[in-house]
Amino acid sequence: MISTRGLGKRYGYRWALQDVTLNVGPGEITALLGPNGAGKSTLLRILATLSKPTIGDCQMANFQLPQQAAAARAHLGFLAHQPLFYEDLSAEQNLAFYAHLYRIKRPSERIAGLLKNFDLYLRRHEPVRTFSRGMQQRLALARVLLHKPRVLLLDEPHSGLDLAGVVILDEVLRGLAKKRTTILFATHELERAQSLARKVVVLANGKLVAASTGKSVSPSSVYRRALRIANRKA
Amino acid sequence: MVPYLATVIAILRKDLAVEWRSRQLLAAMLIFTLLVILIFNFALELDARVRSEVSAGVLWATFAFAGTLGLNRSMAIEKEGKALDGLLLAPVDRSVIYMGKTLANLSFMLAVALFTLPIYSVLYNVDLLNGGFLLVLLLGSWGYSAIGTILSAMAIQARSRELLLPVLLFPLVIPVLVAAVRASSFFLQDLELIYIWPSLNLLIAYGLIIPAMGFMFFDLIVEE
Repeated sequence: MISTRGLGKRYGYRWALQDVTLNVGPGEITALLGPNGAGKSTLLRILATLSKPTIGDCQMANFQLPQQAAAARAHLGFLAHQPLFYEDLSAEQNLAFYAHLYRIKRPSERIAGLLKNFDLYLRRHEPVRTFSRGMQQRLALARVLLHKPRVLLLDEPHSGLDLAGVVILDEVLRGLAKKRTTILFATHELERAQSLARKVVVLANGKLVAASTGKSVSPSSVYRRALRIANRKA
Repeated sequence: MVPYLATVIAILRKDLAVEWRSRQLLAAMLIFTLLVILIFNFALELDARVRSEVSAGVLWATFAFAGTLGLNRSMAIEKEGKALDGLLLAPVDRSVIYMGKTLANLSFMLAVALFTLPIYSVLYNVDLLNGGFLLVLLLGSWGYSAIGTILSAMAIQARSRELLLPVLLFPLVIPVLVAAVRASSFFLQDLELIYIWPSLNLLIAYGLIIPAMGFMFFDLIVEE
């Protein structure tokens, strides 16, 4: 579902990503770990078709990127650092607008369902600018799931969420993985990666320096080992 | 074609809804336009004949400056909260974003004109209810919005985008403004059509070529 080979991205003379080869299969939850500036967001933005790679191959939901980016977009949901909302519009208006862009049939039912799932239904008519950071993050998650994407790319999805929000999100993600949705999420939290992901990959200085699969290998040990390797190379 | 148009209209409606909720853009444009018209009114103490000759120039200068405010704000709402990324993630041809934003900018310019023209007509004692003049207003505003939307999308990436937009916009919009001023002035003076056609042709050509460029290249403009 997500497959990259030798992926690289250069900004000016600096390589933000170098030689990243990664495979995430259907129904897999993979955590992308790494320190600040490691290239996690750059990788997610390339996979989300918001940025083009300088070098390398990239496939998403069986579409070749960037050549088939427009077709791939219908099948992917991307949660960015920012909520990507119009702050003066209400939660419902924002979702209705995105539902239109994704040509969702019977959007009001889908929107109401998602707002209830994320505990925002009672405040659906209020402008997004009046929402707390956590509420905006929950609404952003509702937007990401609106069109039932086959691939989910989440950049720090737990950030800003309270405990209840975290529990809801984890339940939703596990439920989607059971329905064979491919999930790749970037996080700083080792415990979150350990509890949610089947596979952990570590980026440092733009390079994929380590990966673990299965519960047998602790993500924290992989992470620490990866950072040691990265520091040694740097 | 129908889904394409429906998406263009969805983007237009979204921009109008944002403006209806915030009421920032139109208020700023209207106040600015009124102030400029008043300043010109007191600065140019001219006789009736000269007034009718210069009124087209004053009007278009006012619309051009007010339009810059609108273009800046129109893209700023996409920058806030990175909403533009939300649009770019949608499985739609990216030219719909350009068309929707251009129509929204045109709507704001025409709304300002609708409010301003009666006041202007009274202050300058000029009859602006002229079919030809209103056609020029529409064509000129369309050309201005078409080029302005492309440039504001380019400027949005820059840190000093409010300064950059007028610097980029005014040199490129000069053909529209000159043609619009000439055609408006000739219509208001009831000159024969033979004098007006060259300016009208320029407005029509500009109004076709620039949107076609936006349609073809907007994807590259908004690309990271």
